Amino acid sequence: MKRRDFIAGLGLGFFIKNSLSSEIEFPQVLPNRSLHFPRDHGAHPDFRTEWWYATGWLATESNQPLGFQVTFFRSRLPFATDNPSALTPRQIVFAHAALSDPSFGRLRDDQRAARETLGLAGAADNTTDAWIDDWRFALKGDTYRATIPAREFALDLALTTHAPPLLEGEDGYSRKGPHPGEASYYYSRPQLEVRGTIERGKGKESVTGSAWLDHEWSSDYLAPEAAGWDWCGINLEKGAALMAFRIRSKGGGVVWAGGTLKTEQGKTVFTPAQITFEPLRTWRSPRTSVEYPVAMRVTASTESWDLEPLMNDQELDSRASTGAIYWEGAVRALQGGKEAGRGYLELTGYGEPIQM
Amino acid sequence: MLRLFFALNARLAHQRGRAALSVAGIALGVALGFGVQLVNRAAVNELAAAVRAVAGTADLEVRGGRAGFPDALYARIARLPGVALASPAVDLRAGVAGTERSLRVLGVDVLRAARMHPQLFAALPQGDRFALLEPDRVLLSAGAARALGLARGGRLALVVGLSRVELHVAGVLPAAALPGEVALTDVATAQWRLASLGELNRVDLRLAQGVNRAAMRERIAALLPAGTYVAPVETAAAESADPSRAYRVNMNVLALVALFTGGFLVFSAQALEVARRRGEHALLRVLGLPRRGIARLVLIEAGAVGLVGSALGLALGWGLAKLALRFTGADLGAGYFRGVSPELAFDARTALAYLAAGSAIALAGAALPALDAARRPPARALKAGDEQAMFGSLVSAWPGLALLAAGAGMTQLGPVGGLPVFGYAAIACVLLGGIALMPRLAQGVFERLPPPRRVPAALALEQLRGAPGQAMVSLAAIVASFSLMVAMAIMVASFRESVSDWLDRVLPADFYFRTTQSGDTAFLDPAFEREVLALPQIARAEFMRTTRVALDASRPPVSLLARDLPQAGVVTTYPLVGPSYQPKAGDPPPAWVNEAVESIYGYTPGKRIGLPLAGARHAFVVAGVWRDYARQQGAIIIDRAEYAKLTGDARANDAALWVAPGAKVESAIEAVRALPGGEQLEISTPGEIRRASLRIFDRSFAITYAIEAVAVLVGMFGLSSSLGAIVLARRREFGMLRHLGMTRGQIGAMLAAEGGLLALLGAAAGMLVGFAIGEILIHVVNRQSFNWGMETHLPYGMLASLTAVLIGLAALTAYLSGREAMGIGAVRAVREDW
Repeated sequence: MKRRDFIAGLGLGFFIKNSLSSEIEFPQVLPNRSLHFPRDHGAHPDFRTEWWYATGWLATESNQPLGFQVTFFRSRLPFATDNPSALTPRQIVFAHAALSDPSFGRLRDDQRAARETLGLAGAADNTTDAWIDDWRFALKGDTYRATIPAREFALDLALTTHAPPLLEGEDGYSRKGPHPGEASYYYSRPQLEVRGTIERGKGKESVTGSAWLDHEWSSDYLAPEAAGWDWCGINLEKGAALMAFRIRSKGGGVVWAGGTLKTEQGKTVFTPAQITFEPLRTWRSPRTSVEYPVAMRVTASTESWDLEPLMNDQELDSRASTGAIYWEGAVRALQGGKEAGRGYLELTGYGEPIQM
Repeated sequence: MLRLFFALNARLAHQRGRAALSVAGIALGVALGFGVQLVNRAAVNELAAAVRAVAGTADLEVRGGRAGFPDALYARIARLPGVALASPAVDLRAGVAGTERSLRVLGVDVLRAARMHPQLFAALPQGDRFALLEPDRVLLSAGAARALGLARGGRLALVVGLSRVELHVAGVLPAAALPGEVALTDVATAQWRLASLGELNRVDLRLAQGVNRAAMRERIAALLPAGTYVAPVETAAAESADPSRAYRVNMNVLALVALFTGGFLVFSAQALEVARRRGEHALLRVLGLPRRGIARLVLIEAGAVGLVGSALGLALGWGLAKLALRFTGADLGAGYFRGVSPELAFDARTALAYLAAGSAIALAGAALPALDAARRPPARALKAGDEQAMFGSLVSAWPGLALLAAGAGMTQLGPVGGLPVFGYAAIACVLLGGIALMPRLAQGVFERLPPPRRVPAALALEQLRGAPGQAMVSLAAIVASFSLMVAMAIMVASFRESVSDWLDRVLPADFYFRTTQSGDTAFLDPAFEREVLALPQIARAEFMRTTRVALDASRPPVSLLARDLPQAGVVTTYPLVGPSYQPKAGDPPPAWVNEAVESIYGYTPGKRIGLPLAGARHAFVVAGVWRDYARQQGAIIIDRAEYAKLTGDARANDAALWVAPGAKVESAIEAVRALPGGEQLEISTPGEIRRASLRIFDRSFAITYAIEAVAVLVGMFGLSSSLGAIVLARRREFGMLRHLGMTRGQIGAMLAAEGGLLALLGAAAGMLVGFAIGEILIHVVNRQSFNWGMETHLPYGMLASLTAVLIGLAALTAYLSGREAMGIGAVRAVREDW
């Protein structure tokens, strides 16, 4: 996920490092805190950052494949203030959505940002419910509903699963670097069954598909030497699911890596050494000249998957607004040349190092 | 034809001086007109750009007065279906501590403002872009940073209440992103630091595509409390320049007057030229050139003068505008464009318009002489002395009388679109009518004058009786420039005198203090009031709360003055004009409106009005109308006790204080200054306020004087050139008189008497016409432009000295030209006659 970039791009990274009045003590992410649901579906406003991140594949009635991504971020500002105004910015909510459409050739995307105030934007703390104006992502029963009336497209999707959350790392404590503080609380909802409608300039279209949701919160995330990262979340055949990530260092090495494979037999959590990402093919963006390894071989211990993008150009260039350039797109997972699953791949930090 | 023109103009060298004068006259007129227009345009564009920069891509704007509306209303409006984006704002003026300045502080939600107007923040480095989310940060516009000498990392100190609030300057926005002088801050910071907690006074709205704007406007209007309005953004942009509109038009009209006198110069020059060349033109006719050809020759020459003059004028105007912007500011000294630092932009259309106007005026000035030249039968024109008969056909009094009547009628008509169009037209009619009547008047006067005993004077009178055509040209020049001069002198004197009287009336106390600047954020709290009243040096104090209320969506808010009234229901300090209304039992509380409110909103005494206070409309009855030269947008006075009861706002901004018997004003001032918070007060005595006000007055009229001086100068040029030309044309006559035994001195005295008589008549007539124009300026143009009344005050001393200067100048010019003419030998002069 370009999660980090997004926040960094919005200038919050600047505050976190350079703020003259950073008076707020953010809680640390510690191991052995067990997650409780539905409470932990909701926001954790004391922590610095948090996101609900849905990605997935859709098929139209004419069986045309599409990728989509809907994200809500919550960010707590590091300033202590006694300002009694109802408009005082304490929590900022960001939302970003993209539609990956081979017939369009590149991504359509849009975003919103607002302070949590007067009920116009916010993130509930008892269950998943984040919104900005008329954009919303909310959990009711076993179904998440994403309502995104964006500028060039609209999504109205129901994402359903009856399976319990898949806790990543050590029961939800997911390390991101060599130091214990460099970690997040992290769980996923793989194999979400999607139904709904989309609009892309030609009226409403019914779609079905499968999606993946990550919910992650943390206060101190990236190791200082991190330059970017690669992440994938794949819904495999027979209800299996693979999550793998690696954090690359500025020198070209790997700072940390991790992953989880869930099958009918159970869950395997991999050590950093067991996860590798190996570029198979690169693509250079004609807009930004950044080169991305859009096809990757992901290996978790003994098993490998070749990730092939739905289309090459799934780059997001938001230099004009948030400043980040990254690649995030729908991919097929192949084993022995045969499709074994579908999911999303995120490649960040290939242009310039992420600024934190 | 063209070749002929050039052949004839080989002799132009002779009249180079006069042609140059005509060119200069037109050039000055065009320069003033174009320069004033350039400066006005620059200022208005800058203001509108500032509104647009802040409003961004908004469709509608919800606005309240100073007090605004609760911020929950913003949330309600933002949630309405059809509203795509709502961006809230606190938009106030705050005093800058330690200075006389106030600064517009705009509190926005940076995340929403950035969407409404991406350009606002686009040029900032990423780290600064969201700097406003940090408490107590401001981003300054380039103009504000320059004006206050602040840069990134500096501190902006504002006066709020009686204390200083310091905000960190987190960055400076480029002038292209945010024009004008503005400090941008977070909406919550603004609410808290500027004492507006829970309140907003603006929300910009972008509507979803396909939403009906008018219908949406109605739906939103239904949600708004009294005093808050929703309007399209264009209205706001137009309104930003509105207060200065009448002033700007006034300046343009003044500049056109200068152009008009320039036209007159062309007229007098061409008239004399035609007279001199009568023989030449007749010869051309005899040689076969048709009538129209003659007229065309004259017009081509005038057109050339006009074109060259206008072109020079455009260049000069550009230079003048640059100088004016540098030295007087965008409002040419009048104080309309606070916080605007505009750039001149060359506008080809305006330039072309002035080029055309200058040429057209020159052509118009030459039209009569051209017609006259064409009409003369060549046989008669070839005879010597025929030039004296020129304009004989103009002696009918009817056109002049008709123009005067039309002018009188037009003074009774109201303004058009807030501008005194008919007032200006009336001035033009009276001026032209007066000039048109001059031949008839001159004939009548000179015929009835008894013949003087002294020979030179007698000859002078005979000359004036005998040759009215030429004399008329000079006379018209005198009347035109002198009447304008008199009118301006009367208008400005009346205005200044009225302001001075008014200041005496409104400043009865021993001294005054107010929270620094006229911003929205400073105030005195009730505890401070009590401390002031407890001082032994103070006998009595009247406090006033000033705020702004919006009475109409399409107009700027009016000032609301909630004043302590020592006697309930009686306003003593403000000069009431016209009838009052005595409130009866059962009437709502009284309100007194200034003349501007009366004429803009039609609030006449006895009328019941609703004032939006604290979000609800409260009934008042208009008890009287008061004169006010300070608040052109309108002001309403109500009792402060009533205001506090209705709004719960017990704060004040201004105080008038009377010292205790035996106490000194200075010691009372020191005592107030020593109170906690007293150091933030601006304390003045009536004398200081008077002087400062009159200084501002004089500054705002400085440019008016300058323009008028140029017009008068052009007129005087015209006068001396035409008198001089007449004299030169009469060389033959002087030769004859010398033959008959007159001395040079006697001829000189004769010419001086001629010039003096002419000037005396011109001054008398100009005085009358000028008085009439002055009255129109005072009671029609000013009244309709600025909504204030004033009494006529005649500056006798100034008028007398102007008259003396005029007559002396005319006599001197005539005498000097005569000496030059007599420089040639008498014999040669006579020989020229054939």
